[in-house]
Amino acid sequence: MADTCFLGQGFSTLVGLLLLPFGSLAASQIEVTVENFLRVLTGRIPSSTPRSKRLLSDDRSNILIYMTGHGGNGFLKFQDSEEITNIELADAFEQMWQKRRYNELLFIIDTCQGASMYERFYSPNIMALASSQVGEDSLSHQPDPAIGVHLMDRYTFYVLEFLEEINPASQTNMNDLFQVCPKSLCVSTPGHRTDLFQRDPKNVLITDFFGSVRKVEITTETISLQPDSGIMESSYKKDLMDEELMEPLKYAEQLPVAQIIHQKPKLKDWHPPGGFILGLWALIIMVFFKTYGIKHMKFIF
Amino acid sequence: MAAPGAAATDLEVVRGKRAALFFAAVVIVLGLPLWWKTTETYRAPLPYSQISGLNSLQLRLMVPVTVVFTQESVPLDDQEKLPFTVVHEREIPLKYKLKIKCRFQKAYRRALDHEEEALSLGSIQEAETMFAEPSEQAEGSLTVYVISEHSSLLPQDMMSYIGPKRMAVVRGIMHREAFNIIGRRVIQVAQAMSLTEDVLAAALADHLPEDKWSSDKRRPLKSSLGYEITFSLLNPDPKSHDVHWDIEGAVRRYVQPFLNALRAVGNFSVDSQILYYAVLGVNPRFDPASSSYYLAAHSLPHVINPVESRLGSSAASLYPVLNFLLYVPELAHSPLYIQDKDGAPVATNAFHSPRWGGIMVYNVDPKAYNGSELPVRVKVDMVRVMEVFLAQLRLLFGIAQPQLPPKCLFSGPKSEGIMSWELDRLLWARSVENLATATTTLTSLAQLLGKISNIVIKDDVASEVYRAVAAVQKAAEELASGHLASAFVASQEAVTSSERAFFDPSLLHLLYFPDDQKFAIYIPLFLPMAVPILLSLFKIFLETRKSWKKPEKID
Repeated sequence: MADTCFLGQGFSTLVGLLLLPFGSLAASQIEVTVENFLRVLTGRIPSSTPRSKRLLSDDRSNILIYMTGHGGNGFLKFQDSEEITNIELADAFEQMWQKRRYNELLFIIDTCQGASMYERFYSPNIMALASSQVGEDSLSHQPDPAIGVHLMDRYTFYVLEFLEEINPASQTNMNDLFQVCPKSLCVSTPGHRTDLFQRDPKNVLITDFFGSVRKVEITTETISLQPDSGIMESSYKKDLMDEELMEPLKYAEQLPVAQIIHQKPKLKDWHPPGGFILGLWALIIMVFFKTYGIKHMKFIF
Repeated sequence: MAAPGAAATDLEVVRGKRAALFFAAVVIVLGLPLWWKTTETYRAPLPYSQISGLNSLQLRLMVPVTVVFTQESVPLDDQEKLPFTVVHEREIPLKYKLKIKCRFQKAYRRALDHEEEALSLGSIQEAETMFAEPSEQAEGSLTVYVISEHSSLLPQDMMSYIGPKRMAVVRGIMHREAFNIIGRRVIQVAQAMSLTEDVLAAALADHLPEDKWSSDKRRPLKSSLGYEITFSLLNPDPKSHDVHWDIEGAVRRYVQPFLNALRAVGNFSVDSQILYYAVLGVNPRFDPASSSYYLAAHSLPHVINPVESRLGSSAASLYPVLNFLLYVPELAHSPLYIQDKDGAPVATNAFHSPRWGGIMVYNVDPKAYNGSELPVRVKVDMVRVMEVFLAQLRLLFGIAQPQLPPKCLFSGPKSEGIMSWELDRLLWARSVENLATATTTLTSLAQLLGKISNIVIKDDVASEVYRAVAAVQKAAEELASGHLASAFVASQEAVTSSERAFFDPSLLHLLYFPDDQKFAIYIPLFLPMAVPILLSLFKIFLETRKSWKKPEKID
């Protein structure tokens, strides 16, 4: 499930639950790597990245980060080939704080030994929730009888059930979220960390993070403009004339496929031999000298 | 026979010892430093001392004011003293690490003939047209004309006048302390037109501790190199309303002059779109008393997000986007009014959200429905719409109402919608904000490099940092000498360079390796080499100790 950690939807065995819609960064599976994740958080992306793949937050944004998948003591698995450690995550949050890329941050993690992931945070205004303590495993919810695999984890299931009852005007606070999924239901002990957060959790509304509520003001003043009626007629006529005089469209050169197919392979740059080759040759030379004897080498070997 | 053999083995042993010592020496003297140097992260040198020096930078904002005295404004013996210069400086009390001092440099002089003529006309408007731009005044500077106490240029009860083009008029006085009294009045007027504490507090709002979140301070957009303004027409019910709006003409006539006046602040690009079947996310309620529909004030915050995803702002440029939406409600929900928190309908029927944009609801004239079949043709009155949108644009940029001195006549903005000295105030605020941001970015970068040890600093990142530091210092110098335009440009360059250095993609911290993994990598490489060397050294040491002890035994 780590590969879909950017999208905002979850599935369960019941008919699909609807989450409150919040802005999402769309990312396809090949792009979900540790490096890309850290780049999105810290903002260190190449300038060619489009707006939809950037985290355009400023010092007044509240950010929600939800991670789930397989994990262990101090790490989380990404796409079965990489890991992200708790220290890297803590450093990424510190860099976000230094550049004021968040106002408040809520971090929810649902993996085995999830509490180890938030132990190393040291930046202010972070609240963290985890599904299990260090040494415990997070378990999954019941399997889907049609497919035969487990589709959801227990902690996530109960959190989603809790969030279903929240509407944009709700006054539920974070203390209620901490009570979700006690040990009797979840088998593991959920944990939370609020010492870095400046506000008291009971004053923090769920909708601060889940609701996308914006600050608005009523506009009470206007400026006075003088209507200019003379120019209007001429501009209308000009638009009509523009439409008639449009030239036939020209199309750009299509891809020169013939040239590409017959391309010669590029000469690769020469690199000096790597460590393995050097070590192998060093071994061979040592054996050679040992056999044919340089006598004072005997003292060493 | 034993002696030469023993001597030969002795020689061999000595040679062996020397070889072992040489090996050990090479490893320790050459190998260890080489390994250390090649495995450390590359850091190009940065001006850390200069960066920490930026924190104690003292900003001096100078406003050059020219005070022109007409003939009867002050007593004769005072007039003899002209021309001379007076400086008035005071510190702005803000809880911020940069000290800011505000300095008004008043150059007093006598009026020239054409100025005397203009100021003796009947009304202030005529005088202003006489002054029509012989030379455009530099940004940041002001001119104050002192007229006689009984002049009829201003209405009798008004002591001063602030005009739209960096010009003000103040009444003189025939008194011994004339210059002091007039000096104070001039300062009051000049402060209203340039720098007061609230302008700087609003600029530095992000950097000051939050003791009070007044809405004025939270509203302005962050300073940026350019802005993208999008006008959208939302028509949720095209079957009933066939809406036409002449947006191109309106932009050309009303918005473009405003943006041209703001040209110094950044690059603006304007686009527009029409969205069909786009509804607001909130259901309006019916009010039987006025038989109309209304949106209550507490439901307004939930309107924006459902609509934002349809606006296509993600396809726009990388500059911050300001969205202005014009919503024509459906026939079933017409007419639709916005209510403020007291339940009264809002006159403009519009609301705005800081750093995002504004929404206005445009109700179709009920007379248009008479007798015609659906869809009804609706022609939007662009003047009314643009009045509201430009007012919202002003608020979003942070151009607020100035604090006027008492008994001051104030003429509103001219046709562009913004006065020249309002632009100056914006430039002052933006320059200070840019300098604060650049300083914070550079300091944060230096702190980060101290805290996280595995970040690489390449040479081009280092050169950006040097450029940013130089630009901050230049901007501070230009502000102190009163050149607002060049100071603003330098401050923008400082922000761009520092952001580019901080957000360079190469600064991503290298992956962290826990200590046990580091051991696991190095031990197979170094242990086979180190064990023979260490063992041989140990052997040499033991033998040397034995040979020292031997002479003692014999003795």
